[in-house]
Amino acid sequence: MAALLTGRGLRCERDGRLLFDALDLDIEGGAIVELTGPNGSGKTTLLRCLAGLTGDFDGSVERFAPISYIGHRGGLNAQLTPLENLRWYAAVEGAPASAAMLQALLEQVGLAGCALTPCQQLSAGQQRRAALARLGFVSAPLWLLDEPLTALDESGCALVRDLLQAHRAAGGAAVCATHQPLQLANVQHTPLGAAA
Amino acid sequence: MSWLVTWWHRLSSPRWFFTVSRRWTGPLLTLGLIGMLIGLGWGLAIAPPDYLQGNSFRIMYLHVPTAILAESCYLLMGVAGAIALIWRIKLADMVLVAAPPIGATFCALALLTGAIWGRPTWGTWWVWDARTTSMLVLLFLYFGVMALRQAVPREESAGRACAILAIVGMVNIPIIKYSVDWWLTLHQPSTFKLTGAPSMPSEMYLPLLVSVISFYLFFAAVLLMGIGNEILRREQRTQWVNELMQGRSA
Amino acid sequence: MWQRHPSVSRAFAAQLRRDLTIAFRAPGELVNPLMFYIMGIALFPLGVGPGAERLAEMAPGVLWVLALLSTLLSLDSLFRRDFDDGTLEQLVLNVDPLFTGVLAKVLAHWLVTGLPLAILSPVAALLLFLPASAVPTLVAALLLGTPILSLLGAVGAALTVALKRGGLLLTLITLPLYVPVLILGAGAVAAQINGVDPAAQLAWLASILALMLTLTPFAAALALRVSLE
Repeated sequence: MAALLTGRGLRCERDGRLLFDALDLDIEGGAIVELTGPNGSGKTTLLRCLAGLTGDFDGSVERFAPISYIGHRGGLNAQLTPLENLRWYAAVEGAPASAAMLQALLEQVGLAGCALTPCQQLSAGQQRRAALARLGFVSAPLWLLDEPLTALDESGCALVRDLLQAHRAAGGAAVCATHQPLQLANVQHTPLGAAA
Repeated sequence: MSWLVTWWHRLSSPRWFFTVSRRWTGPLLTLGLIGMLIGLGWGLAIAPPDYLQGNSFRIMYLHVPTAILAESCYLLMGVAGAIALIWRIKLADMVLVAAPPIGATFCALALLTGAIWGRPTWGTWWVWDARTTSMLVLLFLYFGVMALRQAVPREESAGRACAILAIVGMVNIPIIKYSVDWWLTLHQPSTFKLTGAPSMPSEMYLPLLVSVISFYLFFAAVLLMGIGNEILRREQRTQWVNELMQGRSA
Repeated sequence: MWQRHPSVSRAFAAQLRRDLTIAFRAPGELVNPLMFYIMGIALFPLGVGPGAERLAEMAPGVLWVLALLSTLLSLDSLFRRDFDDGTLEQLVLNVDPLFTGVLAKVLAHWLVTGLPLAILSPVAALLLFLPASAVPTLVAALLLGTPILSLLGAVGAALTVALKRGGLLLTLITLPLYVPVLILGAGAVAAQINGVDPAAQLAWLASILALMLTLTPFAAALALRVSLE
């Protein structure tokens, strides 16, 4: 399978603490990597290094494919509705975005009735679903997800699992930083922090 | 051409720069201080008094060099910022750490000596003359860069942020100067410029030249010392620095 | 399935539309800079006395200084909200080239702060007894000058967006850069009052605007990347 991202000798220090050292990553199509570790072990930092948001690390990262990064905070504007947020994502990512298509995406994540409610009026779980909705349309081969299961109930977690399975089947890959286990088969575990 | 490439690569080695700069700092400092003594002594004591201002114009020998240096220093910061951002040379980054406080001090001195000059000439400690106003805005620009450096927690990000600000400031300085000049002519059309007439007799011009050159040398020396400090601070965990420190205390 | 066809104009339009929608969802906030403008102007007669002649004399300067301060007040919202909810990261990662997204944001910002300010200025001019002949020049100068303020302010906002209590620092680093706009803008109005053609000052403002339009989006884009590191 084609390599989507390779990291060599990744090393990062924050505030005098060594977060990870001599870390090598090879992510190919069809791989799902679970980054585990206690709070503060550097999961978010590693994901941001892989996404290219920060260059403050030693080692090298080579990206061979576009990336979809969903950070800790979700990336949704609270004043806008999920529909409007998705429309913006569609425009900047260059995906087709007819109203019907966006509505279908929201149905897929279980937010059919909330398409026109400003995000600040949605619960935390609903907001997380709205943030994940954009993975449903033309997204990138490599997903970098920071705590995707946060605030989600059982059906929400099942939704994430389905999305990941479908993505993997289509040849994509994902790196997920998570506290809770994803409960998927064939997952590479990369522990950070004290567990490493 | 290979010597140029070697020199370029060497510039990115802090250790090499440190040893070379140490060698140069002493002579530069000596030359600068001697030159300043000569220039200032000549200008303050020996040169003939100005026919209009009498002896009070002598502060010009201190005011003009400090003003020129305050502006040159910001120019240096802007160029260093561009080099740091484009080619990521650490040395340029360190210039951006060491230079602002020096430049801000020169700027403050220029304002102070301007005030001293203004008192006997205009009767007040402060006057909104084109040069003093530009100097004041320049001082604010310096404060901005220094405050930004303090505020950004991560060292590398702070360096890049200050580089951006220095470049934006540098581009704006000509605009600021021209607009202040224009503003002054609008409001005080008959202002006698404190900067003095460009055609000075050589008895006045030469000590000024000596002053300016020696101030540049002094600035170079202090800048090299500042960069040296920054190198030591950044490389404090390396072996060569530890050996150096032990050699000092031994 | 992975094909993306981002088009620059579509991204620009979407960003503009998004920012304007967000701004109008909280209309109370939109009015704040304008209220500050009027209230600040009203402080001057209260401070120096109601004499028409003295107020008219300082009117060009006061009108412009307050325009500067109102813009400074509103700059924080340019990037901060997006930084807090994670959208700024997405902007930096997805919009290519980044400076088009930045330009769209600055345009949206100007449309809801600078433009209303210029439109409201005749009312403010009335409070300070600015001669009626100078009001069109005031509006024209503000229309040229406030975009420059937004553009330069965007650089400062981008540099300070990730800092706690970055608001005051933003003011410190942006104000010196505003000096030429203040001098030229107030100068244009003062010239008009004295019967001199303000074309020179307005031309200067226009050329500074052109220069800043080409340079500041890049600087702000780079500053955003640095802030997100």
